[in-house]
Amino acid sequence: MALLRVDNMTHFFGGLRAVHNYNLVLEPGHIVGLIGPNGAGKTTVFNLITGIHTPTSGNIELSGHNLIGRRPHETAALGLGRTFQNLLLWRHMNVLEHVKTACYSQLEYGLFGAFFGTPKRHREEKRITAKALHLLETFEVSEFRDRLVTNLPYGVQRRVEMARAMATNPKVLFLDEPTAGMTPDELNRMIAIIRDIHKQFEVAILLIEHRLKFVMELCERIQTLVFGEIIAEGAPEEIRNNPQVIEAYLGREDVT
Amino acid sequence: MKSPIDKIKQLFNTTPLLAWLLGWLAAALTEYFIGDAVSYYLGLPRIPVLFGCLLALKKPLLIPGATGYFLLIYLLPFFLVARLCRRPANYLASLLARGPVSLAAIIHLALFYLALHIWADISDYRLLLLKLTMVAVMLTLSLNVINGYMGEFSCSHPGFMALGAYTASTVTLRLFADDKLFGAPLLSPALGPYLFPLALICGGIVAALGAVVIAIPSFRTRGDYLAIISLAFLFIVKSLIENLEFVGGPRGMSSQPDYAGLPMVFLGMVSCVWIINNFVCSTMGKALCAVRDNETAAEAMTVNTGKTKIVTFMFGAFWAGVAGGLFAHIIRYVNPGSFGIQRLAEILAMLYFGGLNSVTGSIIGAVSINILSEALRPLELFKWIIIPLLLIMVMLFRPTGLVSFTEFKAEKLMRPRG
Repeated sequence: MALLRVDNMTHFFGGLRAVHNYNLVLEPGHIVGLIGPNGAGKTTVFNLITGIHTPTSGNIELSGHNLIGRRPHETAALGLGRTFQNLLLWRHMNVLEHVKTACYSQLEYGLFGAFFGTPKRHREEKRITAKALHLLETFEVSEFRDRLVTNLPYGVQRRVEMARAMATNPKVLFLDEPTAGMTPDELNRMIAIIRDIHKQFEVAILLIEHRLKFVMELCERIQTLVFGEIIAEGAPEEIRNNPQVIEAYLGREDVT
Repeated sequence: MKSPIDKIKQLFNTTPLLAWLLGWLAAALTEYFIGDAVSYYLGLPRIPVLFGCLLALKKPLLIPGATGYFLLIYLLPFFLVARLCRRPANYLASLLARGPVSLAAIIHLALFYLALHIWADISDYRLLLLKLTMVAVMLTLSLNVINGYMGEFSCSHPGFMALGAYTASTVTLRLFADDKLFGAPLLSPALGPYLFPLALICGGIVAALGAVVIAIPSFRTRGDYLAIISLAFLFIVKSLIENLEFVGGPRGMSSQPDYAGLPMVFLGMVSCVWIINNFVCSTMGKALCAVRDNETAAEAMTVNTGKTKIVTFMFGAFWAGVAGGLFAHIIRYVNPGSFGIQRLAEILAMLYFGGLNSVTGSIIGAVSINILSEALRPLELFKWIIIPLLLIMVMLFRPTGLVSFTEFKAEKLMRPRG
């Protein structure tokens, strides 16, 4: 049975058809790439599945739960973790607080505990601190735990964002251009990290990426989105040689 | 050879809070016992009420006397005792650090309260000033939760305060006092002081309900909407009270029973600081900061942003209501005029002066602006030039306030040094 299943998802922004009949079947532990030119609707697909927008029509299921109409925090608690294209970090918070805050839905104490500092709250805070520290180690950002994120190098910020996404205990991880703006060194490190978390946390990954080398190396299957429609889907090799994909990326070869 | 500045620095670095509190207690005791005599020999008409500031500004000829009094009665015992107690206080602090934080906190607070009580015993003016300062701390801190931690701009704090003040007054007048508005008391007045906290909580709850009325329409979007709606709410509450004959209309309510003694107000302030600090230090409080810094990301990281915002807004309003209830019973008179835009400006000034997103900052802001505006009272018009200028300077050099974006940690404050 598929972990995440999207059927015929269509979305209109006013009169603009942003996504048309998008289908996805994501099996546990798979890595699927989503590529396409700028403005093709890749990020919109992410926003639709995670609940930031509600699709005009279609069906989304995560291991049996219907996700249509659920708020983003609910889909996140159900197991959709994500990172953002333009790094949405919290600028007044340090690295450890970032990862701890992402454990919000796993907290077992309520407002009473928060107000009066009950023993249960101390236990819970200790538990998620331990978890957060472990994640910081996995993403090799432990040394920055007490630093404000705004003062960190770009590559580190990316890794903090991924650690934060992993703290929500995702079953599916959505990575929106995880290597945007990275140097080649950081790029290789990122490939290693994604492989590592894929193995260690047994998480399925859907990733948007522009660097084809990166996608081809990581993904088992690739979807190509153009003007909101999938024009090609298959293994990296098929996509590389698909004339429609080449056309969408490079333009038509008009020889007269 | 060490310079005197290094020596002072070392003194500050090695003396624990406990010793400073003992010093402060010693100063208060010195004044209590020999204050009258010293002020007589220094040619002062009576004990200067506010560290000699008022006296010095009113009659410049008395400046040497006032300064001498300050040095002799406050500074000398304060530093002397703090220095002498350094070793035993450090030992005691290290003992306390091993036990639970609550025990250490209670001991420190008890010492602090004792000193305040003795200090306030000298004159009624000091007592009133202290109580109002404590209420200001509560107001500033509760507004900090909304404007600082949540990052919205709320203008309705005096409105919440009015709701709390009027509700608490109605409860106490109806239940425990023979009043011209409400008639004979329903319960025995002897119960009053014990049930007074419940009246305050009622006031807080009504204020929190008022907050829901604002929150539902204004939290759908971010931005200036909350500022506008909350400002409108402030005016609605004010004119509502002005037109309700039931609570005295524009004449206001008076002769509230005298329940808000110094211990009561102190307890109110301590529980306010304690609970708010607990909240903002917890992961739930951090989630609030996440909502402020980036709501989309907070939502994607499982934070229920809608619930968080409404609960926090109600929480802030609750404490404003409690502070309002205390205020009404300190002044023992409330009228709609005391909850207008002037009060809002005062609270905002204390908040932004002290610093956003910091419990320490709120306490510092409320205390310093309150004391300063009292101390400069003899300057009359110039007071309203000096204080705003000070605010402008703070905004220029420290745009988020004196002490902003810090965590208030009791353990760290009370730790042994040296």
